Amino acid sequence: MLHTAIASRSFRRYSTYVGATLAGIFTNSVFGAIMCFVYIEVWAGNPDAGGYDVSDAVTYVWLGQAMIMTVAVWGGGSPDDLATRIKSGDVVIDFYRPVGILGWYLAADLGRAAYHLLTRGLAPTLVGGLLFDLRYPADALTWLLFAIAIPLAVVVSFALRMLAALTAFWLLDDVGPRTLLGFVALFFSGLTVPLVLLPGVLRDVALALPWATFLQVPADIWLGKTTGVEVLGAYAFVVAWAVVLLGACALVLQRAERRVVVQGG
Amino acid sequence: MVDAAVAYYRIGALWVRASMAYPASFWMMAVGSFLMTGLDFVGIWILFRNVDDLGGFSLTEIGFLYGATGLGIAFADLFVGRVERLGQMIRFGRLDTMMTKPVPLIVQVCADEFALRRFARVLQATIVFTWASTYVDWTMPRALVAVEMVVSGSLIFFCLFVSLACLQFWTADSSEAANAFTYGGNTITQFPLTVFPSEIVKALTFVVPIAFVNWYPALFILGREDPFGLPQALQVASPVAAGVMLAVTALVWRTGVRHYRSTGS
Repeated sequence: MLHTAIASRSFRRYSTYVGATLAGIFTNSVFGAIMCFVYIEVWAGNPDAGGYDVSDAVTYVWLGQAMIMTVAVWGGGSPDDLATRIKSGDVVIDFYRPVGILGWYLAADLGRAAYHLLTRGLAPTLVGGLLFDLRYPADALTWLLFAIAIPLAVVVSFALRMLAALTAFWLLDDVGPRTLLGFVALFFSGLTVPLVLLPGVLRDVALALPWATFLQVPADIWLGKTTGVEVLGAYAFVVAWAVVLLGACALVLQRAERRVVVQGG
Repeated sequence: MVDAAVAYYRIGALWVRASMAYPASFWMMAVGSFLMTGLDFVGIWILFRNVDDLGGFSLTEIGFLYGATGLGIAFADLFVGRVERLGQMIRFGRLDTMMTKPVPLIVQVCADEFALRRFARVLQATIVFTWASTYVDWTMPRALVAVEMVVSGSLIFFCLFVSLACLQFWTADSSEAANAFTYGGNTITQFPLTVFPSEIVKALTFVVPIAFVNWYPALFILGREDPFGLPQALQVASPVAAGVMLAVTALVWRTGVRHYRSTGS
């Protein structure tokens, strides 16, 4: 109940900035259109590159634009708030609240993701659907399976961003790890190029890393590349990463708590 | 002009010293942004594993386009990239403080939080540009056009950064829309414009002259006919485009500053 309240307030907090949202939708749409023309040219030269056809590729571009903010590929969201509080020392207040820090910030981030999905996820996809010939999920079940994959991806992304934010306990400034994480995520999420295009071993490695859950896993469900029992396998993969990474967060947080020195104490 | 440059240098040096207070963070960010821009080109290279040419251009020719636009945006980003934060400076009332100081406002805004790590981007673009240049059949006129291309390209991106940031004098939270033109302009010119519809190419020539950053001079240097049949004179007209952009930008900046009436809170 408490966590729902946190999530809904976080949702409302982000919905205050209408101008920023509209500007972001415009930018996502421009980038989506640019990449579509490039991919159309690539798939004209090689009609089944990576096992995708041209509509798959174009759809993948718009799904990517939709996921950038929803899954926070670049970083941002509630872990950034925590990093600021670690730097300023306000984090001590978080420690003596009768609620776990991880749960609190995860709820806030899920609220943020819900807002971004409905605005910066949905709107560019509609623009893309008007400009290009997209492929949509085959049936209601596929829509549902896709919808489940998104919050799971957000949890994995949250845990990764949280680990970067927690380095602020040791480094004082978390911008370095945060930037590094954003860059790695940009490539290994499949936002630069679809992971299915990567050559040989690199492709296998990329598909096993946690960032594959951001875009490649949901996109393959949407496009009907992952169907039936395979979807359960994909879910298991995402959940496994979520559990491992959240576990790591909890461990780091426990160690960090001992490092916090309150002024005068 | 000289005074302004000296002032810029002094403020910049101050911020470089400040950022060195967190060496771990500095190096992570420098390496991070080097890798990110690097992975960007790896993305294009991966696309080329699936096709032999893109829009009639080979990988080395695209490397040349990529390096040229990369240098343009890298220099502009290094020196004036901070102007993106104009809205934040207005909100925090810092712009008011700057106005009371005897250094040109534009210098103070651009030099604010000067980040040397952005040099990583210049380095990456230089590497790709140098590599691609070894495949070019150099002559004296071509070399001159290349110099003119990098200077004009930097100036055009410089103007885009500054003039679009001026929007924030009117709406403080829409800064992201500028990215569609600055980083979007960078992304679109990484590819040969033959990939895009001719209306877009005309808009990039006559409305927002981003095509002059690399496309037209590169056609000259690579010894190619204009695929859209536009006049050959455009291929050496980049300085003209840069000059027009500078005049417009100066006008926009002045109008913005005159319009500015502090935050009022």
